[in-house]
Amino acid sequence: MTALAALIRRDIRIALRVGGGALIGVLFFLTVVVLMPFAVGPDLALLTRLGPAILWLGALLASLLTLDRLFMADHEDGSLDLIVMSRTPLELTCAAKALAHWLAAGLPLVIATPVLGLLLNLDATATSAVALTLFVGTPALTFTGMIGAALAVTLHRGGLLLAVLVLPLSIPVLIFGVAASEAAITGPLTFGAPFSILCALSLISFVVGPFAAAASLRQGLD
Amino acid sequence: MTLIDLANPTRFLSLTTRLLPWLAAATAILLLIGLYQSAMAPDDYQQGATVKIMFIHVPNAWLSMFVWGVMSLSALGTLVWRHPLADVAAKAAAPIGAAFTFLALVTGSLWGRPMWGTYWEWDARLTSVLILFLMYLGLIALWRAVEDPSRAARAAAILTLVGAINLPIIKFSVDWWNTLHQPASVMRVGGSTLDRAFLIPLLVMAVAFSLLFITLHLAAMRNEILRRRVRALQMMQVAQASQRPA
Repeated sequence: MTALAALIRRDIRIALRVGGGALIGVLFFLTVVVLMPFAVGPDLALLTRLGPAILWLGALLASLLTLDRLFMADHEDGSLDLIVMSRTPLELTCAAKALAHWLAAGLPLVIATPVLGLLLNLDATATSAVALTLFVGTPALTFTGMIGAALAVTLHRGGLLLAVLVLPLSIPVLIFGVAASEAAITGPLTFGAPFSILCALSLISFVVGPFAAAASLRQGLD
Repeated sequence: MTLIDLANPTRFLSLTTRLLPWLAAATAILLLIGLYQSAMAPDDYQQGATVKIMFIHVPNAWLSMFVWGVMSLSALGTLVWRHPLADVAAKAAAPIGAAFTFLALVTGSLWGRPMWGTYWEWDARLTSVLILFLMYLGLIALWRAVEDPSRAARAAAILTLVGAINLPIIKFSVDWWNTLHQPASVMRVGGSTLDRAFLIPLLVMAVAFSLLFITLHLAAMRNEILRRRVRALQMMQVAQASQRPA
């Protein structure tokens, strides 16, 4: 456990300090949301209606863009080889790395959501609904995206290939995230049903993600 | 002859050389019978002659999912049993599966134009087939991104298995999403029980298309093995040429 805690602390520290670039995700999130009114027009009623969708798309793209740093930096300086060879099960290590990545890059997106909600004319209920769904849903994005990140690092490819592989897998999270937010704002469905499915998707990704990422690291780094 | 005997590519090649003409002939005959029966099938009282698109569309849609199943089995073969031909099978299947999926989309949209009045409807089935098509293309992109075939094979195998877990989830989500956004605006006629006059040609066509897949798949695997041999020979030649004193 201490090894995993140390790994999480190290990863967060690296991500938040100079050269880590975790907080660039938030800046990107802000920029995407600010771009939207230029595309659809400054109509506040329309922006309110599209608000949850815009916030979710922005968060999805922002978490996708930070993903390729998940293993790449460790691969470049050689520490990934040590992590793979260490006695801690690689699945647990992958889960710890993903958790650290979410704390450094995913959680700031959730914290930024209320501010961005103001820009999109969302009221308090809507903003808190979107923030809550993002809080539950972004871990799923990180843990499924981790599979793509592990594949990309073993293939020495990143960027577009990672996006093309990961985005179709995140469609269910997007569907239920937006559905739960809209259910809280306009109905007619109850918030509970889509929200519980969103939680379930996150839990599934906690299981599948680390195993698939560990398998691909083990297969690829020989 | 068991699966492990086929691990020898030479034995596999000689087997496919004997099998392929027969398979191709059987495919051609069944396709002819199926197409004839489809052409002779009565028009639907509601849809008229357009119902005949079904005889092409349904087998394609069926195979689009079946091929991912074949690739998942090959992925297990690559990762678990390290069968030497498993990655060849997976690699050869991906473009064929993408082609079947694409044909299912095209025929579906051509069928949708007279029936729904639009080429594209964000219907649950169409949408999930479109996502399946995107995943096939992503997989092919992954195969093409890496030069070393064995490294690409293992990465593609993991992605294929993750896709196999995720595809039912995606299908479920899209169904849910669709019923939320447009309640029952699109009624599929296929939901009703099929008459025998339609069912028999459809089954013949389904078998014919499956045979077509097997034929194409074996031929593509053959080509892939030969391509790898050519590559190995070329590498050998280059190595010999560089060893020779100048």
